[in-house]
Amino acid sequence: MPKTIIEKIWDEHLVYEIDGWYGLYVDMHFIHEVTSPQAFEGLELAGRKVRRPDLIVATVDHNVPTTPNHLPITDPIAKKQIETLYKNAEKWGLLFFGLDSPYQGIVHVIGPELGLTQPGMVIVCGDSHTSTHGALGAMAFGIGTSEVELVLATQTIKAKKPKTMEVRFEGQLQKGVYSKDVILALIGKIGVGGGTGYAIEYTGSFIRNLSIEGRLTICNMSIEAGARVGIISPDEKTFQYLENKPFAPKGREWEKALDYWQKIKTDEDAKYDKTVILDVSSVEPMVTWGTNPSQVQPITGRIPYLSEIEDEFSRNAAKKALQYMGLEEGMKITDIKIDVVFIGSCTNARIEDLREAAKVVKGKKVHPNVRAMVVPGSTQVKLQAEKEGLDKIFKDAGFEWRESGCSMCLGMNPDVLGEGQRCASTSNRNFENRQGKGGRTHLVSPAMAAAAAIAGRFIDVREIL
Amino acid sequence: MSKGITIYKGKVAYLDRSDVDTDQIMPKQFLKRVERTGFGQFVFYEWRYLKNGEPNPDFELNQFPGATILVTGPNFGCGSSREHAVWGLKEYGFKVIIAPSFGDIFYFNSVENMILPCIVEMENVKVLMQKTKERKEYYLTVDLPNQKIYDDEGLVVDFKIDQESKDKLIKGWDSIDLVLKFEDKIKEYELRRPSFFPSTKMGSLTGYDKK
Ligand code: SF4
Repeated sequence: MPKTIIEKIWDEHLVYEIDGWYGLYVDMHFIHEVTSPQAFEGLELAGRKVRRPDLIVATVDHNVPTTPNHLPITDPIAKKQIETLYKNAEKWGLLFFGLDSPYQGIVHVIGPELGLTQPGMVIVCGDSHTSTHGALGAMAFGIGTSEVELVLATQTIKAKKPKTMEVRFEGQLQKGVYSKDVILALIGKIGVGGGTGYAIEYTGSFIRNLSIEGRLTICNMSIEAGARVGIISPDEKTFQYLENKPFAPKGREWEKALDYWQKIKTDEDAKYDKTVILDVSSVEPMVTWGTNPSQVQPITGRIPYLSEIEDEFSRNAAKKALQYMGLEEGMKITDIKIDVVFIGSCTNARIEDLREAAKVVKGKKVHPNVRAMVVPGSTQVKLQAEKEGLDKIFKDAGFEWRESGCSMCLGMNPDVLGEGQRCASTSNRNFENRQGKGGRTHLVSPAMAAAAAIAGRFIDVREIL
Repeated sequence: MSKGITIYKGKVAYLDRSDVDTDQIMPKQFLKRVERTGFGQFVFYEWRYLKNGEPNPDFELNQFPGATILVTGPNFGCGSSREHAVWGLKEYGFKVIIAPSFGDIFYFNSVENMILPCIVEMENVKVLMQKTKERKEYYLTVDLPNQKIYDDEGLVVDFKIDQESKDKLIKGWDSIDLVLKFEDKIKEYELRRPSFFPSTKMGSLTGYDKK
């Protein structure tokens, strides 16, 4: 029977099963400072051991300062958390990319970048955006801390068999529209719970033509539609991306891997439990106006009137969102002024993202009322951008140029929005207080964020490209 | 190992919102702790307190002190995987959460921490919320083996839960103990795991610092 990639990876990794309980073997476990300390502690209290230290990679990203010359860390609680990971990595002999390592970065950026993420693998991390790694054909999902402990001890994870959803993107993007806009449009269409209980496979001509970096952005936000897994069957682009990456197989092993990866992709005629089709040629640059990613409109649109929202819960949610965001129903998106621009996060801080943003910024100046910053997704991305002179373009325009980390995506480090400040952000969550208490987040693509930095309000980036 | 749950009676509080994400349940500024305890005081922090640190009288939960059962809208616990949200809810006192649907990771985290997530039809959730709002002191009895929720006025509603979570909650199993019984199967996979899948022993990072 023809199978999807999701079913194939599932079947390959299934190690036990009891009464609707499934255990999958974990090929790679990424660890960061925030969701791991309690897991290591629990493990040690129970007198257990880390089963496979060689299948764990640890880095620090969530609460690290990203200001230039960011050492030593001044926040004592953050410092303790980082030191705890450092100690755990040392104790168990884990590969650890600390703050002074050239391979440090946001965990979902460094996995693909180092070739640690490969097709057919099961990958977990104590972070919901682990879905990102699906872009290379891995089944990757976020887990809680108790589950991190389970993986440390057993190298397996319990899972419920997900239903499969095909999201087929057909067509070609207009200039000035990016994968970020596409995924926001999808979430606007199916809602933040639309993918709950499903693993999503993205297919269609748009995906086949999309770069790996664009695919990473799409898979990253699967969880914002409620799906723990977002995946794309591997193809030539995937293989080219992986070739010669530090942890990619070499020589004969590479040949074996290619063979395996060809077989792992979804069979023609495989059936999904559900299919959603979206024509991307009509997608416009998108801007969220509310406090969840499904509250989104095209740049040419306006915020909906509450009376237009039929469902009672959604209407209440929209009302509370508008209050929080300090916006009026019916308002035009282009009338929204902004105070801060954040280009960063595991969604949109890879080299292609920075290139797109730099194209918009080049030779222009950040609006005097705006504070703008670029936080590269990894130290490697930062170094590459500097090689290409992108840092200079940003700095000349008035952007801050930072060290890599999660930074203002969740404001656990000193980069936070002030009360009432409004931010155009390339991250993935516009939840209340996410970027700082009382801060207001609008999710956009890197090019749209760059355009907003120059104009001081949201504008249609297609008009200035 | 925690004790299992079978029949539980408790006071109800409601939160009339949909898509309550874990950023709201446990704001990020409290995620830096390396302990598993001490999170109860921070639950719903930004909604629960006014700027001067006093409890916010308008926030629904503050109107139901001592509640241990929460009735809320769809997609509760969506967003971030932070288990700190569940640790906080548990320490605050919640034992049961009733909603039309839950975020997937949150649902798992709840069960791991012996909080019972009950999936109840939207219409019934609305009834339960309305009653909680009107009665002020409203109690529900949750019967896990039979998957029923009762009040003292004759109302009975069904709830859904998957079999695995139900067993775990009733028996109070420790997941790791259970999985370690499958050592043979785990080893079997390790023998057939493709040789080209990465491990940190292979790789050719020149000059990486393994500190
Ligand atoms: S960049 Fe943001 S979303 Fe990504 S891992 Fe860091 S905090 Fe999470």
